[in-house]
Amino acid sequence: MIRFLVLLLIPLSLWAGPKSGYEYLTPESRAIQDDDFQNPGMSAVEEGSKLFHAQGEEGHSCATCHGEGGAKLDPRRIAAYPVFGKAQGKPVTLRDRVHICWEERLGNFPLEFDDKNALYLETFVRHLARGEPVNVDVSAELKPFYEMGEKLYRTRLGQFGMTCYHCHDQYPGRKMRAQPLSEGQTNGFPTYRLGSGKVTSLGDRLNECMVSLRAARFEHDSEDYRNLEVYLNARGNGLKIETPAVRY
Amino acid sequence: MIFRHLFLIPIGIALAAEVPAAEPYLAWRAEPASVPEPLGGLKGDAQRGRAVAANQAQGNCLACHPLPIPEEPFHGEIGPPLAGVGSRLPAVGIRLWVINARLIKPDTIMPAFYLDPKEIYRSDDDHAGRTLLSAQQVEDVVAYLATLK
Ligand code: HEC
Ligand code: HEC
Repeated sequence: MIRFLVLLLIPLSLWAGPKSGYEYLTPESRAIQDDDFQNPGMSAVEEGSKLFHAQGEEGHSCATCHGEGGAKLDPRRIAAYPVFGKAQGKPVTLRDRVHICWEERLGNFPLEFDDKNALYLETFVRHLARGEPVNVDVSAELKPFYEMGEKLYRTRLGQFGMTCYHCHDQYPGRKMRAQPLSEGQTNGFPTYRLGSGKVTSLGDRLNECMVSLRAARFEHDSEDYRNLEVYLNARGNGLKIETPAVRY
Repeated sequence: MIFRHLFLIPIGIALAAEVPAAEPYLAWRAEPASVPEPLGGLKGDAQRGRAVAANQAQGNCLACHPLPIPEEPFHGEIGPPLAGVGSRLPAVGIRLWVINARLIKPDTIMPAFYLDPKEIYRSDDDHAGRTLLSAQQVEDVVAYLATLK
């Protein structure tokens, strides 16, 4: 009996829940993220704030519906993205929501999916939920999309033929050449990248991983990346949002 | 090209390379723990193999394995150290690890360096239809590892 209990406890003590990429940063990099005046990602938040308050074609701004500074946006709802869109019949990511409001509510000319203004708006909105635990409900309508996302996460891709699971579930904490691997969590996105000096969307980060696998990239706006985002965000349920996080 | 360098360096698994011309793929036959015949009957060269193992655009075995190549910084921590592998495994066994480690350990992260290109899913355009290493490079790496006694 005692043997059995001990066996039961070992795996429990090993699984400490998901770990943010923050925990794999050096103290110097953490300090940059911790201080809004030092964190270069904050400039994307400011750009996003300007756009959020700018009048659209139909005479109102995001702030008309969502309050000055987004005061009427509920951080818990932001932390629940992607959600299932009844009208769309598929997952709606926070980025999708920005595009929908921009075009349909403000009546603006559509933004390309990799437009930097869309990135700034997404960064501003997600920053409003900083500190809020990610909480994606995949128990109901999103379940099949979550499952498709997980399937892609575990598919060998490209000439290197590795999966996301290999690098981010089997070897976090270990180094590949000089680069320490993390769990590949999404709670910091859009993130400020020390290497490129740019604020980076999740889609761009995923494409970097694809390039390193010598795999053909997916479109930012593809069902594949949408499903993957459902899976990745839900996999990080409970992690606090850090947007704009600082990463390598 | 600059774009690819930017993205590849931080990941460190694969530096952008001049892609060599595609060679015809050579069939090989595996036994349970070995590939008994050299690919295409080629003879490996240990000196060249050492360079292939270290080169970030070729084998880049160093990305994952510590190797007795002291002049290269940053050996990976993913796979086992390969010092002494020539005493642990016969050359024909090393050959199977390099050609297709999945036949030994189906779930392994280790890339299959000489996989039939038809089995590769979603290769990018630059590498479509190609194995990771050429047949000669595989034999060179095998010859090198066999010297690590
Ligand atoms: C060859 C190894 C490798 C593979 C395979 C890989 N990645 Fe990554 N990934 C990295 C490295 C290296 C980084 C940067 C360091 C880190 O955060 O792990 C990274 C970072 C990330 C991040 C950012 C984490 C953060 O905190 O900002 C996400 C998200 C991610 N990867 C998801 C994926 C997904 C999804 C896949 C499959 C499509 C994938 N990765 C495949 C190596 C890999
Ligand atoms: C992306 C990571 C990765 C790369 C790149 C890689 N390996 Fe490996 N290799 C592994 C892992 C991990 C194992 C152990 C098997 C396992 O746990 O899946 C392994 C096992 C081996 C073994 C068996 C070692 C033993 O002692 O039994 C040999 C031989 C080997 N690798 C050679 C190579 C060579 C040669 C190269 C380059 C041409 C290479 N590896 C590139 C990850 C890698």
